[in-house]
Amino acid sequence: MAISRFSASSVPVVAAAPAARRVVPALSNVPLDYAYDGTFEGLLTVLFTVYDRKAAPNSIQPTGAVQGGLFVQPVEVETNEAAAARVWKGLLQYMDAEARTRLFHTFLSEQPDRELVIFRYADLAMRAGRDISEHYADDNVRRVQRLAQQMYREKHRMEAFVRFEKTQDGLFHATIEPDFDVLPLIAAHFTKRYADQRWLIYDRRRHYGLYYDLHRTDIVQFDGGAMPQRSTAVSATVLDEREPLYKLLWQAYFDHVNIPERKNMKLHRRHMPLRYWKYLSEKQPREQRFEPIRNKRPVQPGGPALGAGAAVTE
Amino acid sequence: MNDQRIQEKLSILADAAKYDVSCSSSGGKRKNEDKGLGNAEGMGICHSYTEDGRCVSLLKILLTNHCIFDCAYCVSRRSNDVKRAAFTVDEVVELTMNFYRRNYIEGLFLSSGIFSSPDYTMERLVRIIRKLRTEHRFNGYIHVKAIPGASEELIQEAGLYADRLSVNIELPSEMALTTLAPEKNYEEILTPMAQIRDGIIQNKEEKALFKKVPPFATAGQSTQLIVGASQENDLQIINLSDSLYKGYGLKRVYYSGYIPITDDARLPQVTHPPLIREHRLYQTDWLMRFYGFQADEILDPAHPFLDLEIDPKLAWALRNRQVFPVDINTADYEMILRIPGVGARSAKRIVAARRFGPLSLDHLHKFGVVLKRAKFFLTCRGQALEKRDYDEQTIRRQILFGSGSVRSALVTQQLDLFAQAS
Repeated sequence: MAISRFSASSVPVVAAAPAARRVVPALSNVPLDYAYDGTFEGLLTVLFTVYDRKAAPNSIQPTGAVQGGLFVQPVEVETNEAAAARVWKGLLQYMDAEARTRLFHTFLSEQPDRELVIFRYADLAMRAGRDISEHYADDNVRRVQRLAQQMYREKHRMEAFVRFEKTQDGLFHATIEPDFDVLPLIAAHFTKRYADQRWLIYDRRRHYGLYYDLHRTDIVQFDGGAMPQRSTAVSATVLDEREPLYKLLWQAYFDHVNIPERKNMKLHRRHMPLRYWKYLSEKQPREQRFEPIRNKRPVQPGGPALGAGAAVTE
Repeated sequence: MNDQRIQEKLSILADAAKYDVSCSSSGGKRKNEDKGLGNAEGMGICHSYTEDGRCVSLLKILLTNHCIFDCAYCVSRRSNDVKRAAFTVDEVVELTMNFYRRNYIEGLFLSSGIFSSPDYTMERLVRIIRKLRTEHRFNGYIHVKAIPGASEELIQEAGLYADRLSVNIELPSEMALTTLAPEKNYEEILTPMAQIRDGIIQNKEEKALFKKVPPFATAGQSTQLIVGASQENDLQIINLSDSLYKGYGLKRVYYSGYIPITDDARLPQVTHPPLIREHRLYQTDWLMRFYGFQADEILDPAHPFLDLEIDPKLAWALRNRQVFPVDINTADYEMILRIPGVGARSAKRIVAARRFGPLSLDHLHKFGVVLKRAKFFLTCRGQALEKRDYDEQTIRRQILFGSGSVRSALVTQQLDLFAQAS
């Protein structure tokens, strides 16, 4: 069972405030609407612009997605790698690396207001004069914490629910449709674990994948039709001839490790929500070939054995 | 291998292994070096969940369900009329490698019925895990059973390849063991347990002294107790667990509600596994390991059974009203952790967040505190949420049946069954 452990001794301690903090300018000019290219670097550039112009954001949205009144004229911020890098590095003056990573995870969560959440968190951190990562009474801090936690859970689920199929050319292939954009977060795990086999994990919702070629893992995109079979279901003809057997064995194992007397579908679904079943081979309909062990039912004194589920009355 | 035959074997030997409830794959320290296959670092992963809601993390199988023993509670006992099967060494290796490569599992949990002799059986188990580690460079998680009665050398070697070793006590008292498993005795079970404990301690000491020390069961050892197959009360079970944690340094004690598998007259005639009792035992186990409770705070000879209706932390709070209410803005972490309805996560949040300013009840709700239970036991800036001073029975009734009470469907169902049975 995978659970985080707590112990009484790990009570959070007050983190010492980083030494050199720059004074953050007041955002005294008229608030603006910002538009950017939808990349994380782009968003960091927006943050740079906000303090450069001393103009707080009314809204920050990807270009094209900008909503609002007819008269909203967003400031188009062009992504500037140097400015983005400066902001990314600068954040460490006000928060530790873990908190900064949470901001990146908030970005990957694809929430419609993610940009403003990130801005507000960063702004609060810069003005607080101390580490705010545990300021749970603040709604925005709690929001970032919760989004980061949801991202972490989805990452963990994908590390669990990926089911590889081996193709004839020895590639291990899997398709996923995660709730959030977690491929960047799971790359390290799969690279470390499956170092001696080529693999591809494809996010069907976001139309890109991770490919490991025995040397390195890259983000890969397939333009229309180049890899149609791999981006959906790998057709039976390109599968390794032993693949159906292992799928069958896995299904048989799954059926027989279950204890029918303890059946609890509510718990089952809580751990493995329905929306993930599509890509889990053990949840596909099939015939069960071998009967599970039939446990003996207690015998009622003087009567025949009772069927499963019947209660004994004394 | 013959496809149909291997499928049948897997079905039989998974069926026979499933009553061992251990599923943990965490705590290992095995890294993937030189591009081998797999790693087992830190967090465990549950790759799937069975319909009974249990985690599927490892390929949990017996090498064989042939057994020379005749333990009454065991489905593989000699006298039971079940289909028998045995894997070859290579079959287990192949299954493990191929399941792992497809991301079905975290690793292997290998146990076995005892055929011909403990040493013979253990030698086969060791042969399998040696092959996985050395020939196939497999770094996934391996949990292997130490067969009671096997030689020290074999268990030592198993510890070299396995991340976790375990010996199941199964029956929580020697008397029950004598009745239900006459061929076993406590000494034979505790001897390998002590050997594994000493091996782990020695390994840690060597690691502090030398750079490169071969590993020994780095994820520790665990055991399992069957609950409800014999007459022990909860106090006896909890005391046994406590002594196993303290005396043998176990990582986990698992509790397995007895599932009626036989009509043997030595066993209780029940229709359903005691799931609620099992659940309450796990809660107690957690209180001892993560909440700073001592065994004798939870149960004593006057109260030898856990309350099935309410959780043990609430039961303790109701018996110890004198230490409440606890003020969330000033109390120590240890005391906040003892408030019913406040879990470890909320307790940590409370202690961290109040450094920024006093907390209100609204905050508690947002932190995930279950106020329905907690409100009787805490104050916030000197103010109680529940103005009236209720007695123990009233609080109990309010929490169980008051407005907004969500009784676990499982509790209701099981208590109904008890009502029917009596």
